Amino acid sequence: MQLSGDQKLEAYRRMLRIRRFEEEGMRQFKAGKIPGPFHVSMGQEAAIVGSCLALRADDAMTGTHRSHGHPIGKGAHLDALMAEVMGKEGGICKGRGGSMHLADRSVGIISESAIVGGGIPLATGCAFSARVRGIDQVTLCFFGDGAVNQGTFHESLNMASLWKLPVIYLCENNGYAITTSVARSHGQPDIALRAAGYGMPGVTVDGQDVGAVYEATARAVTRARAGEGPTLIVANTYRFDEHSFGLVIPGEPYRSIEEVDTYKRDRDPIELYRTVLLEEGINEGSLAEIEEEVTEAVKQAVKFALASPLPRPETLPDYLFNSPVAAAAANPERN
Amino acid sequence: MGEDISVYGGDKLVERFGKHRIWDMPISEGSFTGVGIGAAINGLRPIVDLEFASFAYLASDQIINQASKLQYMTGGQIDIPIVIRCCMFSTGSMAAQHADRPYPFFMNVPGLKIISPTSPADIKGLMKSAIRDGDPVLVFEEKRLWPLKGNVPTDPDLLVPIGKADVKRVGSDVTLIAIAGAIRPALDAVEALATEGISVEVIDPRTLKPLDHETFKTSVAKTGRLVIVENAHRVCNVGSEIAAEMAEEAFDLLKRPILRLSAPDIHVPFSPALEKNFYPTKDSIIAAVRRLL
Repeated sequence: MQLSGDQKLEAYRRMLRIRRFEEEGMRQFKAGKIPGPFHVSMGQEAAIVGSCLALRADDAMTGTHRSHGHPIGKGAHLDALMAEVMGKEGGICKGRGGSMHLADRSVGIISESAIVGGGIPLATGCAFSARVRGIDQVTLCFFGDGAVNQGTFHESLNMASLWKLPVIYLCENNGYAITTSVARSHGQPDIALRAAGYGMPGVTVDGQDVGAVYEATARAVTRARAGEGPTLIVANTYRFDEHSFGLVIPGEPYRSIEEVDTYKRDRDPIELYRTVLLEEGINEGSLAEIEEEVTEAVKQAVKFALASPLPRPETLPDYLFNSPVAAAAANPERN
Repeated sequence: MGEDISVYGGDKLVERFGKHRIWDMPISEGSFTGVGIGAAINGLRPIVDLEFASFAYLASDQIINQASKLQYMTGGQIDIPIVIRCCMFSTGSMAAQHADRPYPFFMNVPGLKIISPTSPADIKGLMKSAIRDGDPVLVFEEKRLWPLKGNVPTDPDLLVPIGKADVKRVGSDVTLIAIAGAIRPALDAVEALATEGISVEVIDPRTLKPLDHETFKTSVAKTGRLVIVENAHRVCNVGSEIAAEMAEEAFDLLKRPILRLSAPDIHVPFSPALEKNFYPTKDSIIAAVRRLL
């Protein structure tokens, strides 16, 4: 169950799309074009893309506040994502979500939750629906190492195991819940061991190796589709930037500069995969072509986002309800 | 979906709908509510039964941070047609952790609809509207009302609309708005007052969010006097909201100050001796109406 030839180039393309999207986002943030916090996934691209590539187009996903990578990893168009982080009308969430909530339903995402662990029950319920309706859709649930200390993680894994739900729990373990390391917050730092408590396989994988993440997820997907139930995958990865871009953490550093530099230098998932591809005989030109194409797509996304109008103030109540109550009493500004 | 639902819901529930539609939940109120929400997003129309309304606090993160917000936060990409049923066991010595009436807590949340039907016909009609609705609907049922009997229409498509109050009794001297379980002592009080020639108009809001202020205003325009009775605690309850709305929008129609009757700002006690007059009673409602005349 390895990435095929085409998938390998696609893996490289999608990782690069996440990286370039965020690099450009950081520039736009500095230029004052992006309001609110901007949490980047740089360093975590292989964990995201490797798992997404194991899914079918009609499979579902939930994600987290570090949300940019998830839709891009699942194949989303960049324009509406860039417009969203800028708070524009043309944004994927019409300017109601922003950087932490880039849920793109067109690629199967039902939620990017900024309440840590908040999306885990939703993914479980999404898979519950597939099970009840007898369809072979699977749901991929992203969360971080911090979320495994939430009750929702434990309650959800119990239910998924009990009902053998077609869900894959994928922990992007970047080692830190903002500043709190796994060592300082987990009674059992080997997160995959927690799966045993709920009677499901727990797999740890090198999250900087896109091929390895793909293989682990593909096995879990096969198992889920066959009705054999959920899997917990822990992809050990690393966040290159701060919790959010530009964040200044006061006091003693919670991780050393050497640690960060070592990961950036030796464990960059995109650089690592580029080397693998070249070693496997992919020619430099094909990769350069992809790089050119990605740069162009990001440029186009910025152009689209900057040109997109801001949401008009009178549209404030739009999208609050699917079926608004007709009476005058239902005016949300006056209840 | 609920704890012990296949047993407490009656054998007929499983017999009638099958095991794929009736699901016993483990004791994980927060997450099984989230499972319902996820299932609602992905093609089902779940009814999550939280059993005791007090357990809604456990589920409140999923109800508020997920169910109420996702439609808005995704710019309308996601629909959540879910019904969350909360039953209020306000009396019977359940003590403070099982007796809450937490609907005011959720009224402060945009994106939720909240109903509190009080008659058999309204429970059926509003529940049908809630299930067919495209948004999250919270149902607060008062256990004290369950023994009430009443005619129920057999037409499967007869709906009671969300957002429409019901004038239970027409009157001309005082308007009395009674919420959920307070409807019974309110109707008893009004019956007694009628024998003295005092005519009270009784309104059951039926929907708590959005409130049908137009119906309240129409009545106050006629009576000029308003009493609001409910069993939630006094601070920031439905009565507060209606009183504020009337003060802003119907001040000139009022001949006397608005009165609110409710549970005090104290937890529900266990001992029947303490519980007996904890909620508004027929006598306290009669006294409040008299104060306005």
